[in-house]
Amino acid sequence: MKRVVITGMGAVSPYGRGVAPLLGSLIEGKSGIARADELAEIQGLRPRVAGLVPGIDPREIPRKYRRSMSNMSIFAVLACSEALHQADLGTEECAGGQMGIAIGSTTGSIQATQEFFENFLSTGGLEQMKSTVFFKIMNHSCAANISKFLGISGRILSPSAACSTSCQALGYGYEMIAFGRQQYMLCGGADEFHALTPGAFDVLNAASFKFNEQPQRTPRPFDRDRDGVVCSEGSGIILLESLDSARKRGVPILGEIIGFSTVSDPKSIANPDADFIELCMREALNDAGLEPQQIDYINAHATGTVQGDLAESAAIFKLFGNNTPVSSFKGHLGHTLAASGALELCAVVGMLERQCLIPTLNLDNVDVSCNHIQHVQLLRTKKLQTAIKNNFALGGVNSSLVIRSYQND
Amino acid sequence: MTDHEIIDLINLTLSEEFELDMEDMKPEALIFDDLDLDSLDIVDMVVVLENAFHFKIREEESIRKIRSLGDIHEFVINKKNQSAIS
Repeated sequence: MKRVVITGMGAVSPYGRGVAPLLGSLIEGKSGIARADELAEIQGLRPRVAGLVPGIDPREIPRKYRRSMSNMSIFAVLACSEALHQADLGTEECAGGQMGIAIGSTTGSIQATQEFFENFLSTGGLEQMKSTVFFKIMNHSCAANISKFLGISGRILSPSAACSTSCQALGYGYEMIAFGRQQYMLCGGADEFHALTPGAFDVLNAASFKFNEQPQRTPRPFDRDRDGVVCSEGSGIILLESLDSARKRGVPILGEIIGFSTVSDPKSIANPDADFIELCMREALNDAGLEPQQIDYINAHATGTVQGDLAESAAIFKLFGNNTPVSSFKGHLGHTLAASGALELCAVVGMLERQCLIPTLNLDNVDVSCNHIQHVQLLRTKKLQTAIKNNFALGGVNSSLVIRSYQND
Repeated sequence: MTDHEIIDLINLTLSEEFELDMEDMKPEALIFDDLDLDSLDIVDMVVVLENAFHFKIREEESIRKIRSLGDIHEFVINKKNQSAIS
């Protein structure tokens, strides 16, 4: 099996474009959440907050590529371009068949779907339908658009597992390179904001709305006053490469993926179960060949829902006790859904590089039901070599990645 | 509408839809080679022209013979004239 390393990263987030503003804002404790008054237009929808991407001009992408892209694909191609640039990879490597894509989204574009049905239902037919609408609606829209924009000719995969999407994408990309099937994999996810996304959580009473007047105080992972998810948008992309290839090219190595697990939780379509979260983390550790005490930091999924945070903290305690620092970036970023795994992993890589622990934003008073684990509540330095990154999705799709600083061994 | 108004509306509609420079909207401009449109764009061109001129042209046989912007001008003018007669 080949070793798999990270040689490039790209981000489009509520902090704008780039990994540097993402990491800088997380370290500064800045919230990416703002008031979203337009949500008032949806009857029965309670949230008025969101994490929206600022400052993107889609016109930098030529029309012939852009015409089949909704915002999620635009975010994704920009993040991919950043990752490729950092990895010093260009058109030749993209076209050579050794680069693949594993990038997904929760759904195809809801905005494009809405426009399709508005048109279809008002005209009663398809005569007004533009040729490119379907390419925005299809679930593999991001992966397909990235392939065309960058000229990538290797494997193409578009996992779709909501909040676990990009964690799974990274895991599958890691396995493809480990098996020697691809030399490079662009992995991650993207999602664009639509009112129906917080709507889906609000229907389940899992969306935050008690802090509508104080957007930056929500979401509140593990906090006693947490009241649910805040939906955000963006794209996180990580360029995975075989260690052999990275060494041969002489490019900087940002980290190494050493373990992955994804498991199905058959108990409930909606409620996460601590036993299956623990199983997922344990199997990722087994894949990495590590014991729990060898993990220096846990990046929790922790979205700020009552049940999700409780189940995850219970699972972490069962496997790691209270010896390993835990934080979640959802308090800063909100929930970027299919992008969250890769966006948050970009920041974990930054933490490994800077040897610091980024705290959970808005964790002011740890809920008694979550207080048995070691929460990070202040920015501090720590010797970090290994970390585990969790993501869990509605539908019962758990995923965990184990990462470590690159050691030239 | 006069022929001149029809041509202006065609040029404006297509330049907006396909982000073309109005200076390039010359009758001799070839749709594929000069304006850089492709088969997907042709589908959308039919939709935007139908909306702009309130007619149906998708099933017209003569549309397949169009090669240049001038052919589009001629096609639409003829279609509008036919509509006016009928």
